[in-house]
Amino acid sequence: MTSIEISSIPLSVTDCYSMVSTPNGGGQAIFVGTVRNQTQKKKVLKLVFEAYTPMAIKEMQKIGLTLEERWGALKVVIHHRVGELLVGDIAVIIAVSTPHRAAAFEACQYAIDTLKETVPIWKKEFFEDGEIWVAAHP
Amino acid sequence: MRVKAFGIAKEILGNSSIYIEPNMVTTVRQLKDYLYERYPEMLHLKTMAIAVNQSYATDDTNLSEEAEIVIIPPVSGG
Repeated sequence: MTSIEISSIPLSVTDCYSMVSTPNGGGQAIFVGTVRNQTQKKKVLKLVFEAYTPMAIKEMQKIGLTLEERWGALKVVIHHRVGELLVGDIAVIIAVSTPHRAAAFEACQYAIDTLKETVPIWKKEFFEDGEIWVAAHP
Repeated sequence: MRVKAFGIAKEILGNSSIYIEPNMVTTVRQLKDYLYERYPEMLHLKTMAIAVNQSYATDDTNLSEEAEIVIIPPVSGG
């Protein structure tokens, strides 16, 4: 079971945990990415996430498939927020269930690292004196 | 053909999509050159990928009018 979502409403850790909880799973790893209050000592007011949704879903599905094939993941959840987020809000949740703990940690790490490299989602940070698209320039 | 853009690429174009005469560009490489020439700010981006039909496309991929073509500036999800 893989649950992939791009959501404009708040994400729920409890819901994601319920989705990966399974009797044959011995370990559930959950990564929760949240909005930090500063970037390079500049105060962050808010973030806006934008997604190319149909392709983002496909790229997230590819990650889910890799978790199953490489780490024997039993259940995978990858949920990402879009729209305006404030400090402390949840931007992304990755939850993975595997028979043993080591695979759960590794699979979860791979999923968030790969999402950041391949999934077409963009983040704009708003400061008191301006705004920038994160990672756009070298 | 219609070329869509997201994130900073949309701001550089000044629009969420532009129309390019199909005979002007026939491959991804040519589309990139076209964009770099008309929108030099694209040259300052860390990367600029092109997605064709919702998949990352290599430079030698052929473009057609029916294809869904999207400019993908550096992604920053998570």
